[in-house]
Parts: sequence; C-alpha cells; structure tokens
Amino acid sequence: MTETTTTKYGAAKVEHQGAISRFLEATEINTRLLGMLGALLIIWLGFHFYGEIFIGRGSFLTPRNLWNLSVQTSSIGIMSTGMVLVIITRNIDLSVGSMIGVIGMAMGLLQVEILPQYVGLGHWSIWILAVITGLVLGTVIGAFHGWLIAYRKIPAFIVTLGGLMVWRGMAFLSANGRTISPVDPTFALLGGGPYGAVGEVGSWIVGIVACVGVVWMLYSGRQASKRHDFKLKPMWAEIFIAVVGCGAIISSVLLVNAYPWPKGILKAYGRAHDIDMTGVFVSHGFAIPVLILLAVGIAMTFLMTRMRFGRYVYAIGGNPEAAALAGINTRWMTLKIFALMGMLTSISAVIASARLNSATNALGTLDELYVIAAAVIGGTSLTGGVGTIYGAILGALVMQSLLSGMVLIGFDSAIQRVVVGSVLVLAVWIDTVYNSRKN
Amino acid sequence: MSNTDKIPLIKMTDISIAFGGIKAVDHVDIDLFPGEVVAVLGHNGAGKSTLIKILSGAYKRDSGKIFVRGEEADINNPRDAKKYGIETIYQTLAVADNVDAAANLYLGREILTKIGTLDDTAMEAEARKVMGRLNPNFQRFKEPVSKLSGGQRQSVAIARAILFNARILVMDEPTAALGPQETEQVGELIHQLKKDGIGIFLISHDIHDVFDLADRIAVMKNGKMVGYANTKDVTKDEVLGMIILGKCPPAAIPGPGAMQEA
Repeated sequence: MTETTTTKYGAAKVEHQGAISRFLEATEINTRLLGMLGALLIIWLGFHFYGEIFIGRGSFLTPRNLWNLSVQTSSIGIMSTGMVLVIITRNIDLSVGSMIGVIGMAMGLLQVEILPQYVGLGHWSIWILAVITGLVLGTVIGAFHGWLIAYRKIPAFIVTLGGLMVWRGMAFLSANGRTISPVDPTFALLGGGPYGAVGEVGSWIVGIVACVGVVWMLYSGRQASKRHDFKLKPMWAEIFIAVVGCGAIISSVLLVNAYPWPKGILKAYGRAHDIDMTGVFVSHGFAIPVLILLAVGIAMTFLMTRMRFGRYVYAIGGNPEAAALAGINTRWMTLKIFALMGMLTSISAVIASARLNSATNALGTLDELYVIAAAVIGGTSLTGGVGTIYGAILGALVMQSLLSGMVLIGFDSAIQRVVVGSVLVLAVWIDTVYNSRKN
Repeated sequence: MSNTDKIPLIKMTDISIAFGGIKAVDHVDIDLFPGEVVAVLGHNGAGKSTLIKILSGAYKRDSGKIFVRGEEADINNPRDAKKYGIETIYQTLAVADNVDAAANLYLGREILTKIGTLDDTAMEAEARKVMGRLNPNFQRFKEPVSKLSGGQRQSVAIARAILFNARILVMDEPTAALGPQETEQVGELIHQLKKDGIGIFLISHDIHDVFDLADRIAVMKNGKMVGYANTKDVTKDEVLGMIILGKCPPAAIPGPGAMQEA
C-alpha cells in the first residue's frame, strides 16, 4: 500500500520542478545548510582576496589561519550546541560567559593552589580532578538555573541575567581578582597549541574513522528504509553525499597536516629530546579542542535526532502545552536542558583556560552574546521549536571567521563589533524572508 | 439505550474544582457506557472543558471520585489517564506543530530500538498504517504538522488517540475547525469507534455539531450540571433551553444546576 501511494506522490511532485530542486529533493540536502556554506565561502574568499589586493598578502586561506580558526571556534561552538536546546524550548541563557569565568577560576585554583598541596606539583591526576570538578560545578550551576526557571517560575532571562552578574562577581571574589597561572601542563594540552594536537598519523586515523562513519550511516539508513518499504533515495544521490562528505573530511585532514610546527617549537622540542630537529616537517594535525567540539557535535546531534530527549525538546518548543498533555514532564526537561548547558559551558571553560594557560576572572566575557548569535545565525528560531546542532556550529564558525578575518586585515575591535552585530541582524532578516517565502 | 444493567466505562461522582474563588466545576456527576457517545454541552465558561480536563489528568480535582469500569481510578496527570485507556483530543493544543505526524502520534510513547534510540522508521510505518485507515489521502508524513490543513491535523490527533487502543475517547470541539466534508469524516469515524465498543465524550458549545452524533447529552451551566437526556427524547430547542436558561424539559433528568420551578 505504502509503495504505490508514495511513488504516486513522488511522481506528481517531480513534474513541475526544475533540475536543481529535483537534485535537492533526491539528496535531501537542506537549502539552509547550503546557504550557510555559501555565506561561509563568501566570507573566506572575501577576506583572502581583500588581503591579497589591499595588503599585498592574502593570509586567510592558509593552513595556519584555518587551523587557528578551528581552535578559536571550539569554545563558542561547544556552548552554542547547548544554547540551541535552550532557545528551542523558548528560553535564553545569558550567564554562560560568566560561568566560564567562575568555572575557569575554580579549576585554576584547584590545580595551581589546592591540589599540589596534597598530591604534589605536576602529579598526573591533577588535570583529571580539575576537569571533573569543572564539569560537576558547571552542571550544578546549570541545574540550579534550571530549577529556578522550571520549578520557581522565574523567567529564564531574569535568572540568567542575575547569573551573568553573580558568577562574574564570584569569579573575581574567588581569588580577589588575581590571575592564576600557569595551569597543569597536561591540562594545557586541552586548549590546543602545537603539543595539543594529534599530529599527522592521528589526524589520518580520525579522518578515516569519520569517513567509515559517514558511509555506515548512509548504508544503515538505506537498510532501515528498505525494511519498511519506504521510498529510497536514488543510488546516485547516496553516492554523491558519500563522496562529498568523505571529500570534505579528507580535505580537512590534508589541511591540518599542511600546517607545520614553527621553528621555535621545533628547536625547543629538539633540545628537550636531544635530537636535531632543524628542517624537519612536523604536522600539527587536528587540535584537541577541535576534536572535543566534533565529539560534542556528534553526541548532541545524536541526542537531538535519535533520542527521546531531543524529540521532547523539539515538542516542548513547538507547543509546550501539547507536550505536557502528551505526558512529558516539561519542568524536569527544562532543568535537564539547563544542566546540560552548564556542563557544555564547563567544557568550554576547560578549553578557554587551557588555551590561555591561565585562569582569569575576565575569562569568557561577552561569550554569552557570541554563543546566542552563533545559534541564531545557525538558524535557531527565538520563537522556539526550530534549530539544529550543525547549524549552531556553522554559525559559530561564521562568527569566528568574521572576527579573525577582520583581525587579519587590520580592522580594530570597534569595527569588528559593528560588523558582527550587523551580520547577526542581517542573518535573522534573511531567515525571516526565506521562511515567509517558503510558506 | 439499556444502560442500567451494565457497568459504566467512566463514572465521575461529586467532582469539584475551584480556581481562586471561582467554582469552575461544582459537585458534578457524569457517566459513560461502552459504545456510547455522550455530548457535554454548555456555554463558554460553563465548566465542561474543565470537567473533561480533570478526567484526562490535565487538572487535579479538589474533590470527587473517578471510577473506570467500576473501579476507583487514581488520575493525577495525563500519563495516569492514558494508563486507564483515556485518550483526549484537544481542540487547539492537540499537536506539537514543529514535528512530523509520526512523531506526534508517538509523542510521549515513542518506539525505541534495542539500544534505546528512537525507531523513526518503525514509527513512520505504524503511522502510515493508522493514517491509511483514517484518512487514505494523507501522504505528508515527512512534514511538520504546522504545514497541514485543519482537517489533517485533526486526523493526526484522532489517529494519535486510537493508535494506543483507547477505550475512552474525549473530543473537545472535534469539528469546530473543520469543513463540511471533514466534519462528515469525523462523524463516520465516531460511528466506527462506537462499533468497537469505545465510549466517547464530545465537548461542544454548539448543539448542531453534536446532536446527530450523540446518544445522550449532559448540559452544564455555571459549573453545575443542569440535566441529562437521551437525544431521541428531546428536541434541539429544548436542549437550547437547557444551555441558555438551565430549564429542564420533562423528558430530561434534572441535575443540581437546573432552574427551580417557581
């Protein structure tokens, strides 16, 4: 029964469609995703050629810059995946930047001033205890926010606006405004840098595993559709997606492997290991924070598309009352969403403080605005119910591209803010126009 | 209907609930038998929707008892009600707009795979079966429900109820948002459900919507029960009198809310 009816439906629709929309329907590629990739491409090419023409040196599309861009995106990207859930359920979290400050300080104090007293300086367990403490603290703060919002019925805007001030103040109070530095050497690897990357072989392993994963996902999706006699995508569409996906993965591996360790690091490494490293080409490979971002992105996408939790998040966002009447415990869900946001914030706090090799009370200032902007540029609707994880990560990449691109061509921070602010408004406007035309 | 010798599917006795100082439902009794359609009528604000939300677990009653098949039921939330086979189709808040039909049918009761993930293909396959029975023209399984017409959304909501073998169905203004053809479809569906022995409460403020469908009517006014009547014993005008004035015709059984004869 399904067989005949679906084909009838498919055939009827195809007749009045052009080649492009037929292609999009067959491959099931989201037009919004295409739009974002297009915008990213324009931004990248624009900065590169602006540099080429006006400065005489295009430095945007170089392995070095793109590698740095990937590291800079990690912290905001990780938090934006959580912000998507918060915004989908019609809430907001303004406190994430300040939470980074207080969690970063807690982890810094723990590994620099407290733990060494008990286990000794440089003990192997220090970074693990610091990270675990950070994760627990972030989750608890997030859960507390969620509890106030869900069970005490204080609007999320107010709770997290309060949090924005309270946690920033606590970050200052925790060490009277001192900067805590340097952090544990193993902990510092989590922030990237030449040592905090997985190298050439490691990157190839990551790339190959990712390619196998892409092919396996396409295959198992096809098998599931076959089992239930659904309409299958044309084989060429599946192959096209596999080729594009694996191609993108392999290009990124080649890119991160094309960025060598700088001379100074080579020399230092040579001295430390008593070998002559002059002229040796050592690849950076994927930076650890980027791999953390990828892992978080995959886990969050899985959570949102394959698990009950994600289904409920969307349902609550679409119609909170219907969700409650369907038996979903919406309050408990809200608490869990904010706790998850807190946990992701603490992962970002680990990366941010590790990258800086210190904890300061100003760490993460204004991050909440960048995170919200990333989620919104990535297609998350502030009216609730709509948003994707990959969109938010791409949104973070767009924002970070703008910021670092403007640094490269010598725009100062005042202009950067003007541009980022304008892009945010523009992105939402384009989205509104696109949606109203689609309906 | 010879209901007297059977055990009612639902018996609600002495139900009361107040919001602030307002008694939205004031000591109301009502019952429902298998294969029977009972229309609960009344003005906006008469308390009919509130009464039914108590049955479906959306509101917690202040006092009174609910019996399902003769046994006292403990209904404190929507999940409890579903456990007793009570499914509710709400007028406006039936569906989560931004997810597709299958996701709506299974909202709160998703089919999971062995490793605990959502089994979307299985849910879509089941959804196609149920919707095929209900509305054979329905094909838009991949689109969010917000893209569907009123009738299609209503059929999603009804499918959602019968998918889980509801024994008691509560429909709040089931045809208010529908065109004539779709209204007819819902009518046919109700006849079919009756044959399966399902008891149905229809909630409406418009007697024309439900008069032909209902076996019995119960009329509420200002939170109180005006009276009950078999549909075949009364005329539409008499029922209107009950709704507007609270005046009980001779063929009806008066309740505590009936106008006292001077």
